[in-house]
Amino acid sequence: MSAPNSSYDPVAPSALDEAAVRAATETAEAAIAAAADLEQLKAVRIEHAGDRSPLALANREIGSLAPAARAEAGKRVGAARGRVKQALASRQHELEKERDERVLLEETVDVTMDYDRDPVGGRHPLTTIQERMADIFVSMGYDVVDGPEVESEWHNFDALNLGPDHPARSMQDTFFVESPDSGVVLRTHTSPVQIRTMLTQQPPIHMVAPGRVFRTDELDATHTPVFSQIEGLAVDRGITMAHLKGTLDHFAEQLFGEGLVTRLRPSYFPFTEPSAELDLQCFVCRGSSVGDPDHPCRTCSSEGWIEWGGCGMVNPRVLRACGIDPDEYSGFAFGMGLERTLMFRHGITDMRDMVEGDVRFTVPFGLEL
Amino acid sequence: MRVPISWLREFAPIPESVGARDLSARLIAAGLEVETVDVVGSGTQGPVVVGRVEHIEELTEFKKPIRFCRLSVGSAHGHPDTPGLREIICGAANFVVGDLVVVALPGATLPGGFEITSRKTYGRTSDGMICAERELGLGDDGSGIMVLPAGSAQPGDDALALLGIGEEVLDIAVTPDRGYALSIRGVAREAATAYDVPFSDPGLELPDLPPPAQEVLPHEGTSADPSACDLFTLRTITGFNPHASTPVWMRRRLIAGGMRSVNLAVDVTNYVMLECGQPLHAFDLDSLRGPVVARRANPGEELETLDHVARTLDPDDVVISDDTGAIGLAGTMGGLTSEIRDDSVNIALEAAHFDARSVARMSRRHKLSSEASRRFERGVDRMVAPIASARATALLLELGGGVYQGMTGFESASPVPTIEISATLPGDVAGMPISADTVVEKLREVGCDVARADGRLSVTAPSWRPDLTDPYDLVEEVVRLVGYDHIPSVLPIVPPHEGWSDERRLTRRVGLAMAGAGFAEVPAYPFIGADDLDALQLPDSDPRRATVRLANPLSDAAPLLRTTLLPGLIATAKRNLSRGAAGLALFEVGSVFLAAGAARAVRPDVNRAPSSEELAALDALLPQQPQHLAVLLAGERAPDGFWGQAHDYGWADAVNAARISARCIQASIRVERGGDPVFHPGRCARLIVAGAAIGSAGELHPRVIEAYGLPARTCAMELDLGALIAAASGITPAPVIGTMPVAKEDIALIVPSDVPVASLRDVLLAAGGELLESVRLFDEYSGAQIEPGKRSVAFSLRFRAPDRTLTAEEVAAARQAAVAAAEAEFGATLRG
Repeated sequence: MSAPNSSYDPVAPSALDEAAVRAATETAEAAIAAAADLEQLKAVRIEHAGDRSPLALANREIGSLAPAARAEAGKRVGAARGRVKQALASRQHELEKERDERVLLEETVDVTMDYDRDPVGGRHPLTTIQERMADIFVSMGYDVVDGPEVESEWHNFDALNLGPDHPARSMQDTFFVESPDSGVVLRTHTSPVQIRTMLTQQPPIHMVAPGRVFRTDELDATHTPVFSQIEGLAVDRGITMAHLKGTLDHFAEQLFGEGLVTRLRPSYFPFTEPSAELDLQCFVCRGSSVGDPDHPCRTCSSEGWIEWGGCGMVNPRVLRACGIDPDEYSGFAFGMGLERTLMFRHGITDMRDMVEGDVRFTVPFGLEL
Repeated sequence: MRVPISWLREFAPIPESVGARDLSARLIAAGLEVETVDVVGSGTQGPVVVGRVEHIEELTEFKKPIRFCRLSVGSAHGHPDTPGLREIICGAANFVVGDLVVVALPGATLPGGFEITSRKTYGRTSDGMICAERELGLGDDGSGIMVLPAGSAQPGDDALALLGIGEEVLDIAVTPDRGYALSIRGVAREAATAYDVPFSDPGLELPDLPPPAQEVLPHEGTSADPSACDLFTLRTITGFNPHASTPVWMRRRLIAGGMRSVNLAVDVTNYVMLECGQPLHAFDLDSLRGPVVARRANPGEELETLDHVARTLDPDDVVISDDTGAIGLAGTMGGLTSEIRDDSVNIALEAAHFDARSVARMSRRHKLSSEASRRFERGVDRMVAPIASARATALLLELGGGVYQGMTGFESASPVPTIEISATLPGDVAGMPISADTVVEKLREVGCDVARADGRLSVTAPSWRPDLTDPYDLVEEVVRLVGYDHIPSVLPIVPPHEGWSDERRLTRRVGLAMAGAGFAEVPAYPFIGADDLDALQLPDSDPRRATVRLANPLSDAAPLLRTTLLPGLIATAKRNLSRGAAGLALFEVGSVFLAAGAARAVRPDVNRAPSSEELAALDALLPQQPQHLAVLLAGERAPDGFWGQAHDYGWADAVNAARISARCIQASIRVERGGDPVFHPGRCARLIVAGAAIGSAGELHPRVIEAYGLPARTCAMELDLGALIAAASGITPAPVIGTMPVAKEDIALIVPSDVPVASLRDVLLAAGGELLESVRLFDEYSGAQIEPGKRSVAFSLRFRAPDRTLTAEEVAAARQAAVAAAEAEFGATLRG
């Protein structure tokens, strides 16, 4: 069937009559709805909305109508084309959405698969506990100070009121650097750092010195010849044992939890007078296990207290050996073992775990404690 | 010091209601460290009774001699078939018919859960067990069964009560200042003070002794050197019965006190020592030749001590001597020749006061620590020797017969110093108010004489507290008796300080960066052996051979202090590999020790600050102790996985470790070809900071790998962390961020193979001018199509101007300038 020749057949074209437009529209809508994918929809678009589609052709006929009829026919065809266009757009959107969903579904991976391609490192807890402790003191205004591990006997003993014949000197099983009268030892404690600090600084002095120390113990579950301590020292006018107690209480709270307190017991160290043993209230049972055999505490052996370190007021003899006038200044000092602190803080049962360097021990402690 | 509580109560009548736990707590609060409360014979439960041996049948048909014994055990404890009697098999032979022994009857339990039953053995029915001390948990004497002194008990008596089984004993760790606590006397004083009960001091008044018989002249004893011995007494006893046995009550206390019963004379000296703290020595009088004199040793003098060690004496040693020479180390150990014997009837009893320092030195010099030396070096009451000696003499006379012949001796007056102290000092030090009255009261409880004038106190310490010499010693006494528990908790006001030192802060930063990059920190002991230096292939001239040697290493295989961290890391790596690790990235930050030249030991006076010269001389003794950072890499870096195939750590990871450590602290590090003998000669990087080499990185030398048995191609890096940190830049200027478009150009250059990429890149960057933003190596190739001895290296160049889009001509000119410089410098040619 050839198209009407409007030039020669000025009749109302049948394509523009209402029934034809409706039929073309309905056919188009049906085809659009039937399009199963974007490819089919593309063909439907060409067939029903393209330049050669019935409605496009009908639209072209409008010009051949009598001017009076054009408006109505134009309105009818325009509305029909609008409906088809909208149906197309809507179907297009639907089909695109379906396609996208399908593709993304196809791209699904198992995100639970193990990814252990990169090595995982960690810092040794002896390092991190040192820093954690020192941080607490830095926040109180203290300095963090270092001293040499190979130390003169004078710094390690003599200046700390441990004269050559002092009985306490034999308590500390010392590594001597050859020859025995070299006057040089592996430091047996971090206390010589006190001496070095007081010799180079004038009071007020507030410092902590974490570090490694050495004694001639064989390695076993509870001993190691190389271990770590943190030393603290405060020298100022009017420093008292109450200040020592307050400082240690604050330290204990920061490290183990709010409300924990420390206990001082009289003891003896040559470099402090008065001297005290330092006990920490058990941070697990807080003393509730004492006398309660039904609820024993493994951390403190149901003692309620954990032996933590030693402390006291700096012996005036030590101040004098460092050129500080004991009549003007007083000070306190304390020290505790880091291995021991780690053992009870983290439930480490064997000293060797901290010594052997097994990476399975280091890595779980991460980068901070 | 082991303190049976019943002995303590003899001098300090603590209420019976007070238990061991409460007593321990009070003593701990007073400064005596009660470590444990032991129970004598813990684990022994009745019926354990005294038995008398009535008949012994020697059984000879067995491999060892066996005795079948019949014993009286009292009417209540006999076997139903043999009233009052029991028949028991026994393997010991140190007893005879009539001896009193200890019998565990069926139903009894001995330490270790050992239950006694009636049982068939050696062809007989054994109806119990005859016990040795060790079997009852009374000590370590298992040499024979325990024979009780005749007449000390009746068959059937409860042996548990007789032997003090079940009694509680405090085990106290005595600090070096509290010599007086090495005696029942000293602990009882503290206990009496703690419970506010009267203290009857056994060391204050001379016990009654019969007047000297003067049948013979008392043997002469004296001191020739008051600096070594300022008080010497020697009492003479004759006609002592050497076979008299030690009574059970004394033996019980000695064993509970941790000592062995030897014979009556020795037991009495030990008993009095435990009670009063005064070591005593009993000589066999008939072995002595001439006066007994305390003096310093003569040069080269020799002595064989009771432990059968022949010792060459030092002129500083203090000896007890007679005409034959040294017969004992004063206050430390007696000699063999004059030792009291099992048949000694005449006894010379020495009680003296020796100089604490001299005894300490002697004990250390001869590596000889005894009950006596432990007391003397901690300080013994200077006044107690004659009292303790009289107490021992009275006991010897009472228990062993004999006749007291009198005492000789020597005493040099030593002035007792007075300590001046302000009455407010204890409160000022403690940080709480302590009234002057309290201060005086507490000092008097300690035994001090206190004279009070206004606010000043003049204090004389008691003779049993030689440790009290300074005002602060008195402060401690007052504060501990007031109670440390009363000290308030006050935070001091701290003026501003610097906090973390830069070195510490940056060391921490490096540790975090290394751990974040996948390295595990593993601190190692700093001890190495000469084997390590050889295994590392270090030539004789290598500075890492300048080691510091320990005089007393724990292991003879590792007597040196490390000069490199690598041996420790290697040992740790091997341990991890043997435990199944597939790949390792380890790091350590720690000191190494580089021996200094010899310097003469100095020992400045401690009563003043040392001079700067003295301090310099002290520091000259010490080795250099730089902090190093080292890593060790071995095995698998990434395992097989869905991402691809496994691959191992290589040299580039080791070099990169150095870069990671530098980058994280803004230090600029330069990598050059290196020649460290520890490393593969073709795969070693020298690490340069501020123009100086601070370390090496790369693959370990195959011979090092072989010597240590490491996995092939193990890699490592070690650098001087202090030097790296010193090069950390202070305040980093902000970079200028260009927003104009970038122009990218790739070039491939053919260069002689030995031209390092680092040098080539530097030349390109310099010649490319300001427009050349970056140069990145993206490929390296040698082989086919490349002339032998050369290689192709390909770089991506990025050009950018801060203010405009570059024209093609500008980019081409800059690129050409860079290539031309490479050509001029290294003979590089552009690859077509």
